[in-house]
Amino acid sequence: MSAEIEALINQKLDELLPQKLDALLQERAESKTPKMTIICTKGTLDWGYPPFILASTAAALGWDVTLFFTFYGLQLVKKDISDLKVSPLGNPGMPMKMPFGPDWFKSINWNIPNVVQGNIPGFEAMATSLMKQTIANNGVASLAELRELSQEAGVKFVVCQMTVELFGFDHADFIDGMDYVGAASFLPEAQTAEVNLFI
Amino acid sequence: MNFDKELDARGLNCPLPILRAKKALGEMTSGQTLRIIATDPGSVKDFAAFAKQTGNELLSSAENNKEFEFYIKRK
Repeated sequence: MSAEIEALINQKLDELLPQKLDALLQERAESKTPKMTIICTKGTLDWGYPPFILASTAAALGWDVTLFFTFYGLQLVKKDISDLKVSPLGNPGMPMKMPFGPDWFKSINWNIPNVVQGNIPGFEAMATSLMKQTIANNGVASLAELRELSQEAGVKFVVCQMTVELFGFDHADFIDGMDYVGAASFLPEAQTAEVNLFI
Repeated sequence: MNFDKELDARGLNCPLPILRAKKALGEMTSGQTLRIIATDPGSVKDFAAFAKQTGNELLSSAENNKEFEFYIKRK
């Protein structure tokens, strides 16, 4: 008799458990706050944008976000980031257009060969000031503004301590609210995130 | 359509309209409606996605004269 009941219970459980489990897993997936981590490795004006745009937007969507700054990405958490530059040198994908003048003039792509750019003193400074003007003309936020908005929205900033030492920086060079960590702290964060990016 | 608060996001580009809208909604109470005017063509899909993800209801989304108008009801 008890063997029969046991068999019956087992059969019933086999039927019910998968359904129950699916429902529970789905409920859990829906209630979990989405999470994103980004490894930020670039320290130029142009490449500073993607991490802060994605981080601030994800935070606005209600996600839990962690930015991990390492190598040249350390430039993005320095107190003053108004001196970040953009270089068309070695970047054939970057259009060189003028942010002022009549439309026909603005639409010209000044296709200057890299070898020439590299030999004109001040070319990078000129490209940087043209890029900043273009950014302002297009209603795009400044990098400092996006960084501030990210921080206000609760994005966590963590900094790779090894590269801070490698490049001879001091914690005082960086904005407040940073956590200084190593790879072993970052990876468990990334493990529980649905979105992990490397920029 | 009636609204309780208005956000002028004209001239602002991605992701500023969304960030400003999020901030404005945060200062409102549940059930109130926010009207947003934007000029960023990307904002049409972005506000739809924002509403879906955050649970705030997108009541309407319209275009006239290269301007985009959105009504979002706070969750």
